[in-house]
Amino acid sequence: MVSTYILLAWTWARAAMAYRASFALMAVLGTVLAATDVAVILVIFANTTSLAGFSHDEVLFLYGASNVAFCFCDMFVGNVDRISRHIKAGTFDAMLIRPVSPWIQLATDNFSPTRAGRIAQAAAVLAYALAALDLDARRLWMVPVMIVTGVVIFASLWTLAASVQFVLTDAPEVVNAFTYGSGQLTQYPFSVYARDLVRGVTYALPLAFVNWQPGLYVLGRDDPFGTPSFMRFLGPVAAVGLALPAWLAWRRGIRHYRSTGS
Amino acid sequence: MIELDRAGRSFKVRREVVHAVRDLSFTIAAGEFVGCLGPNGAGKSTTIKMLCGILTPTSGRVRVAGLDPSRRRTTLARRIGVVFGQRTTLWWDLPLRDSFELIRLLYNVDRVAYRSRLDELTETLGLGDFAAKPVRQLSLGQRMRGDLAAALLHAPDVLVLDEPTIGLDVVSKAGIRDFLRRLNSEQGTTVLLTTHDLGDIERLCRRVMLIDHGRLAFDGTLDDLMATAPGRSTIEEVVTRLYTTGRETAR
Ligand SMILES: Nc1ncnc2c1ncn2[C@@H]1O[C@H](COP(=O)(O)OP(=O)(O)OP(=O)(O)O)[C@@H](O)[C@H]1O
Ligand SMILES: [Mg+2]
Repeated sequence: MVSTYILLAWTWARAAMAYRASFALMAVLGTVLAATDVAVILVIFANTTSLAGFSHDEVLFLYGASNVAFCFCDMFVGNVDRISRHIKAGTFDAMLIRPVSPWIQLATDNFSPTRAGRIAQAAAVLAYALAALDLDARRLWMVPVMIVTGVVIFASLWTLAASVQFVLTDAPEVVNAFTYGSGQLTQYPFSVYARDLVRGVTYALPLAFVNWQPGLYVLGRDDPFGTPSFMRFLGPVAAVGLALPAWLAWRRGIRHYRSTGS
Repeated sequence: MIELDRAGRSFKVRREVVHAVRDLSFTIAAGEFVGCLGPNGAGKSTTIKMLCGILTPTSGRVRVAGLDPSRRRTTLARRIGVVFGQRTTLWWDLPLRDSFELIRLLYNVDRVAYRSRLDELTETLGLGDFAAKPVRQLSLGQRMRGDLAAALLHAPDVLVLDEPTIGLDVVSKAGIRDFLRRLNSEQGTTVLLTTHDLGDIERLCRRVMLIDHGRLAFDGTLDDLMATAPGRSTIEEVVTRLYTTGRETAR
């Protein structure tokens, strides 16, 4: 699975470099992108204040942790939400006749490494926050766990969004708002949101396990909403609990796929 | 090699149900060369899509190379080659050569086998002149040859083609027909094609099937087909009669 993914992504990335634009243009573009990434970080630093009881650095930590997971998914999985375009153009049929999962083919389709800068930017913010905060070293093991959890949760949301498009082929924008909205929502401490929203987001879509619940553990803080402390460790359970229905929905979508009439 | 048992596929279109294929049963043995005729909207493409696992049948049973296509799609993919004449299965922006390389990776074809197979296909299909061009720049005939090569790189036992000669000039058509005939006789590949070109049927197919309104309306040799309408001398006349009477009985 993973090796097939890498092979396909590599083939596309190479093709992008060889045929899309001249190499010089790519290089210039890359520099410009890196510069804007730095600018974005500076803007984030300047505009972040303590928020709803969380300090400047704590807010950056939560932002960074969520964004690393989100940008990673955006680059490596995000393409699956283009499925409705492939369905309408008939190119999805071509993916179904290959001996590789169409999910992988979609995810790697036209893969381009240009979005790697965003992951680096998010990682830089996270690294800064980790260094600036005086954290208990015995709790840092949770950081990689929460990032993997976040990746699985976002990837599952994207897969669900893609599965919906087997039925609602004409509604990709709505679906897009759903995945990107989730990314945005997790950028701030959940204490800025109303209690009902947090409850919905925690239990229905387990977004609170991307960075909020495990983040509270890393920061050594109590939940302002008063959830019990064992909730801090339920991230992986929630991720698997979302991945499973996402996988089933995807399989169902494929079985109900109608192709096109001509 | 291919087995359909009362296979059916329907589509819900708003409130109505369209039965694209219903109660279709036939068997194709290994090594056969079968042509499938039928008026527009008869259900030919739907049948082909059920054979390669793109569409899940809504009733009945389908087996290809002993596998249920919709459940074992990726396993079957290694044993079947598929060509859609109306639409390429290649990657629009990649040069033909890179499309082939991608297919090699997808199917895990070993490098040596791939090399010799590709050389052979390049030779017989004359791909050399345009292998470096992106697929979107190819003419229809060139693209079709590219698609054929792509479907055969992994040396499948079965080849199914949906209108492989659509839009081709007489010379290209003859080239593709010749290629398919040799593929079947020399390598023993089972071939099933759909077409609206009766020349394909006359020149290639030992066995003809006619699908109409999603059902099998005729299955037999070309001679059998001609015998259904004594007194008519050309295949065009015979098929026209079959298509029009089919339409009347359906009313
Ligand atoms: N995805 C779909 N959604 C709704 N109806 C469909 C779909 N695909 C096919 N149909 C319907 O099923 C019937 C059979 O279509 P199919 O494409 O199999 O015909 P065909 O024999 O290939 O025709 P042609 O010779 O024109 O290519 C048609 O009535 C068509 O409208
Ligand atoms: Mg058709």
